[in-house]
Amino acid sequence: MQLMTAFAALMLRDMRLAVRVGGGALMGALFFLVVVVMVPFAVGPDLKLLAHIGPAILWLGALLASLLTLDRIFALDHDDGSLDVLMTASLPLEVTVTAKAVAHWLTTELPLVVIAPLLGLMLNIEPRAMASLVLTLLAGTPALTFIGLIGAALSVALRRGGLLLAVLVLPLTIPVLIFGVAAAEAAMAEPGRFAAAITVLCALSLISFVIGPFAAAAALRYGLE
Amino acid sequence: MAVIDLANPTRFLRFVERVLPWLALLTLLVFAIGLYRAVNAPDDYQQGATVKIMFLHVPAAWLGMLGWALMSIAALGTLVWRHPLADVAGKAAAPIGAAFTLICLITGSLWGRPTWGTYWVWDARLTSVLVLFLLYLGVLALYWTAEDPGRGARAAAVLTLVGAINLPIIKFSVDWWNTLHQPASILRMGGSAIDSSILWPLLIMALAFTLLFFTLHLAAMRNEILRRRVRALRLMQAQQFAEARP
Repeated sequence: MQLMTAFAALMLRDMRLAVRVGGGALMGALFFLVVVVMVPFAVGPDLKLLAHIGPAILWLGALLASLLTLDRIFALDHDDGSLDVLMTASLPLEVTVTAKAVAHWLTTELPLVVIAPLLGLMLNIEPRAMASLVLTLLAGTPALTFIGLIGAALSVALRRGGLLLAVLVLPLTIPVLIFGVAAAEAAMAEPGRFAAAITVLCALSLISFVIGPFAAAAALRYGLE
Repeated sequence: MAVIDLANPTRFLRFVERVLPWLALLTLLVFAIGLYRAVNAPDDYQQGATVKIMFLHVPAAWLGMLGWALMSIAALGTLVWRHPLADVAGKAAAPIGAAFTLICLITGSLWGRPTWGTYWVWDARLTSVLVLFLLYLGVLALYWTAEDPGRGARAAAVLTLVGAINLPIIKFSVDWWNTLHQPASILRMGGSAIDSSILWPLLIMALAFTLLFFTLHLAAMRNEILRRRVRALRLMQAQQFAEARP
């Protein structure tokens, strides 16, 4: 019971910090919007082509947007010293990092999923395909957060953020991208294969939910001692 | 001398000095035999002489994966037993494994051009090996950015263990996804699918590559231990210099 209270308190604290002044909650969504808007300028405003590559663009945009906000999970707390307090608290570090990851997902990944249909409209993705694309994003973005959690912990332990984080996290997210785009494209071309792809996507999210907190807690423990 | 004695860096250095010349000599010898057998092996009836690329490609692929497996074991040593020699072993294996993986990718694409008609396809095996290479680069980037060797080693150990998930994916990628890269043909149920006139040179080359890996690894470990000693001496000197000044 106490554990749940502490978990909820920590999660709410992180969410409050993210949505208030100086927080990064909406920055990710804004970045997502800008990246997707840039694509038609790069490949030309051919609606047929855009509809074809739309799912890939939305997935790539979501991946990059979540990557940009990942270092906020630990870096700010590390700067003002509250991470040390959290690490010495009685709450297991694995639970602490899970609470922070869930808060990150709710404040930065969920807005991406919410605005995705709007961006899909700009990319000429038909409504039915868009519904399944949103479903794939919903199923796959937790994996991005929990894999990114490891990278965020590693880079805060080494006091290096930014590019190092991208280099560490991106190779590990390749399977998520592959199955996310595969599921979205299956929904458009052959609906029979959609179930298989989205099941794998859910599996990836669950696996990273199991591995991510332990690896991130280990990285913090060994890195910040 | 018991194996446990090697856990002492000074004893380990003495062991390396004694073993390394012989190991290097053995590597050269096996390479000479392997290359001789590989050059004289018959051409494939379909592929012609390009089949010989396999004598470099397959051992390099194995060694690229062995490198990561070795780093994973060293990572356990780093995280569980906090052994400095495990840090050194992991760090020394990373660039060597990355080099073998790169050799595997390059030779594979050179073979793919005449055989498949393209340098690169986004096949499951090729992609998973490319991911392995990127993971190697990530670990190397961690080592480059860490100022304190111990801290860098622990961070790299966590990443190595997470990245080890990729090893079974590489191994089974040809079975799970039916794509362009041929399935396992040497270690498989029902014996090897390769004719012995090509299999034997391949196995000798694999042994030669393995010996080369361990020769390079021991030498790199020795260099890393010496590098850390130089670093410690320099830090000590700087401290003494700072204390001597008023």
